[in-house]
Amino acid sequence: MLVYLTKRILYTIPIVLGVSLVCFLLVHLAPGDPLVSVLPPDASEDLKQQLLVIYGFDRPYWEQFLRWVGRALQGDLGYSIASGRSVTTEVLRAVGNTLILASVATVIGFFFGLLFGFVGGYFRDSWIDKTASALAVVGVSVPHYWLGMVLVIIFSSQLNWLPPTGAGPGASSDWQPDWAHIRHLILPAVTMSVIPMGIIARTIRALVADILSQDFVQALRAKGMGELGVFLHIVKNAAPTALAVMGLQLGYLLGGSILIETVFAWPGTGFLLNAAIFQRDLPLLQGTILVLALFFVLLNLIVDLVQSLLDPRIQRS
Amino acid sequence: MSSALISPLDRGGPAQPLLTVRGLVKHFAVKGSVFGAKAVVRAVDGVDFEILKGETLGVVGESGCGKSTTARLLMHLIAPDAGTLIFDGEPVGTGGLAMREFRRQVQMVFQDSYASLNPRLTVEASIAFGPQVHGIATRAAIDRAHGLLDRVGLDPSRFASRYPHELSGGQRQRVNIARALALQPRLLILDEAVSALDKSVEAQVLNLLLDLKEEFGLTYLFISHDLNVVRFMSDRVAVMYLGKVAEIGPSETVFDKAAHPYSAALTRSMPSMDPDNRTEEAPIAGDPPNPINPPSGCRFHTRCTFAEAPCSATPPTLAAVGIGHKVSCLMHEPGSGHSKAAAS
Amino acid sequence: MALARSTAEIAALPPVIDKSEGYWASVWRRLRRDKVAIIAGLVVLALILMAIFAPYIAPADPLSGRITRRLRPIGTEGFPLGTDELGRDMLSRLIHGARMSLLMGVTPVIIAFGLGSTIGIVAGYLGGWFNTIAMRTIDIFYAFPSVLLAVALSGALGAGLTNALVSLSVVFIPPIARVAEAVTTQVRNRDYVEAARASGAPGFTIVRVHVLGNVLGPIFVYATSLISVSMILASGLSFLGLGVRPPEPEWGLMLNTLRTVIYSQPWVAALPGLMIFITSISFNLLSDGLRSAMDVKQ
Repeated sequence: MLVYLTKRILYTIPIVLGVSLVCFLLVHLAPGDPLVSVLPPDASEDLKQQLLVIYGFDRPYWEQFLRWVGRALQGDLGYSIASGRSVTTEVLRAVGNTLILASVATVIGFFFGLLFGFVGGYFRDSWIDKTASALAVVGVSVPHYWLGMVLVIIFSSQLNWLPPTGAGPGASSDWQPDWAHIRHLILPAVTMSVIPMGIIARTIRALVADILSQDFVQALRAKGMGELGVFLHIVKNAAPTALAVMGLQLGYLLGGSILIETVFAWPGTGFLLNAAIFQRDLPLLQGTILVLALFFVLLNLIVDLVQSLLDPRIQRS
Repeated sequence: MSSALISPLDRGGPAQPLLTVRGLVKHFAVKGSVFGAKAVVRAVDGVDFEILKGETLGVVGESGCGKSTTARLLMHLIAPDAGTLIFDGEPVGTGGLAMREFRRQVQMVFQDSYASLNPRLTVEASIAFGPQVHGIATRAAIDRAHGLLDRVGLDPSRFASRYPHELSGGQRQRVNIARALALQPRLLILDEAVSALDKSVEAQVLNLLLDLKEEFGLTYLFISHDLNVVRFMSDRVAVMYLGKVAEIGPSETVFDKAAHPYSAALTRSMPSMDPDNRTEEAPIAGDPPNPINPPSGCRFHTRCTFAEAPCSATPPTLAAVGIGHKVSCLMHEPGSGHSKAAAS
Repeated sequence: MALARSTAEIAALPPVIDKSEGYWASVWRRLRRDKVAIIAGLVVLALILMAIFAPYIAPADPLSGRITRRLRPIGTEGFPLGTDELGRDMLSRLIHGARMSLLMGVTPVIIAFGLGSTIGIVAGYLGGWFNTIAMRTIDIFYAFPSVLLAVALSGALGAGLTNALVSLSVVFIPPIARVAEAVTTQVRNRDYVEAARASGAPGFTIVRVHVLGNVLGPIFVYATSLISVSMILASGLSFLGLGVRPPEPEWGLMLNTLRTVIYSQPWVAALPGLMIFITSISFNLLSDGLRSAMDVKQ
């Protein structure tokens, strides 16, 4: 057990290094001059050289990479070219907002996904199952940015029940647990929850159907156990997988929130990423992507560790 | 022993063994811990034997004793860690006998008849693949496939263009035999080739194998855990225990007058046809020891009823105790210190 | 086993299969019985035909519009699906949009299928250090959520069709390579591959005859399941302004420019997204049907 845990944690190190390398290379993939957005069009060659040295762009790539990693380890991701502010500060503020959105969406998606999945797997091939399966397919096939627009059309533009954009009243970007802010959270969170809902429903349905067909369920019924008892056994057996899928989905939503944040003008990492791309603010782009990817790696690690604690069979595979 | 036809490929005459195996070793690394302290499974740990021309050499032993690994080593499907193979007087893999030519002369039938046929190829395509690889034109290879199908009892007009899933287990194993014969090999390795078949089908396939041996002048290495089948098929028998040969000799000798306590226990465990002659006690206690850390000295001493102090210290050597009969046991080694051994 | 049977027994046997059915023929036979998959397949076919024959089907020019007739509602005379913010005919733009949207959604999967399955099959068949290097590199790309990787790459490369296609291809190579590696490793250890090696066949011949036929099917089905995701992501990139540029009719881009008018003509604005949805769900259902038609033991 300890061996597996150690191995799994050690295995994360090369992944983290690789992820940093990819984030670093992204900037050098970009065509054109990295300074293009800060330089006035008539900048002198002297000024240009000075800035290159200040940002360290004149050093060899490997040296730039090592310095960048070294500083990142100390929590310094450089300064935004557009705003001049620390990338770390900007990213951390945005991550908080995205985390709220993604967590609420995961919880909603998880609840309905479990419901549909269990009902579908339990009453296999009944009309309930077919409806639940259809909803799950819709969930994974719908372009969620469009779904967000449709929800805005219905609940904001037509019914005027909920605010269409922003995280709170008056373009506030600091989230607070009051009703005004919750109202702003509802539409983006529901939109976002559709993705994990479909995936969780599909996974759970297959899992429950599989468990139900196994011999031990027959044995439990033969022993005279009631349906509730059988149901609890199934829950116990399905829980590790369900939790794993939920953890991974949270990671996907954190990293993939850009489209939904754009639709709802939600002041999170996606919004930041959008700004960084269109202002060609490369340090900000690099830093945001690195933080999101590391979050995802960390979540993967936690999911694997928790799962191996819950289900000792995992480590053998 | 069936009379071996003189093959045009024959070099040393009938007295020269077809295949001589010397000191064959294969250890598999198993990942033990994070920091690379690797444990090894001693799957095959110094195996010597010979296969004579035209005979059937049976190989028996419990699962995990290294029978199948030996077969795969002989086929060079996995590379041995040490050991030499001499095929009809020529060392394999050297200038004398190229690997490709050796492979053509030695073929194998696997246990799982379904897994050993490509599900996307028709029966005739599977059989014709080997000859095509060795440069035979497609048409001629297909003709050869049809001839072999007919020979193994499957009407080519009905079976040639079928797919494996459309055949029964016995039919598939006949196809596998035809596929192995398509390269006109001299040695056929049958690795549990009939073990997965129903008893009635098994008997038919065994009889087919005997007929084919006669007709094509084949030599068989017959691996099985089923002692009755091995006794029915084999001229000589090798008994393996934990990666080593415990005893090898003529079939009747090994089955009726086994010299090694392990062989004796194995043969006693065969169910008797005579109800008055039932086996009462379990002949061998427990499971075989872990091959990662095999017992010291004689590997069987942990389960042997005759074990004495020297057995856990001195590894026995495989030595002759009769004509063509070798055994690896201190009781038969003069001067070994075992109370039943002769003084030197 | 028919060898030892009497004539009476043989007469009672089920009829002999005269013509053996090949693998793909049996897949098609099963797929034909799956009504949902067939309908989805027909929708996909219709979308492809619509894209090919767009200039002949579309009633108007998708690029020219007049500002005086902008934002007409659905059902307007002459403009059955209304007009957009520049007064262009929505129906014609949606029909023409199928060209770019399908191209952007399907091309990356085709490229990734080619490259990813090559990497995966070679890594799976060779094993050893090549496998380790290839698969560990792929693990690194796996550490990025797909949307993030697509946006990051095309954001760094800059907007444009080619860059969007490159980014999406890079996103789909790792998952396809992983599946390809897994199925190839499985097939490589089958006895029939061992038997082929035992016959002395060279590695390339074994891969061509015994491996490809058994792994391309599962990899292909997996790749088709990615088309739906790719459609959503590709249009998503255009929606963010990272794909094709205006005035090109492309569903994601149309959705983006119409976003400003959801208060005046909400249902017209929602139409391009509906097209993406229909396309994506059809590919998804078709892929599901294909998978269950292929996933039959024996």
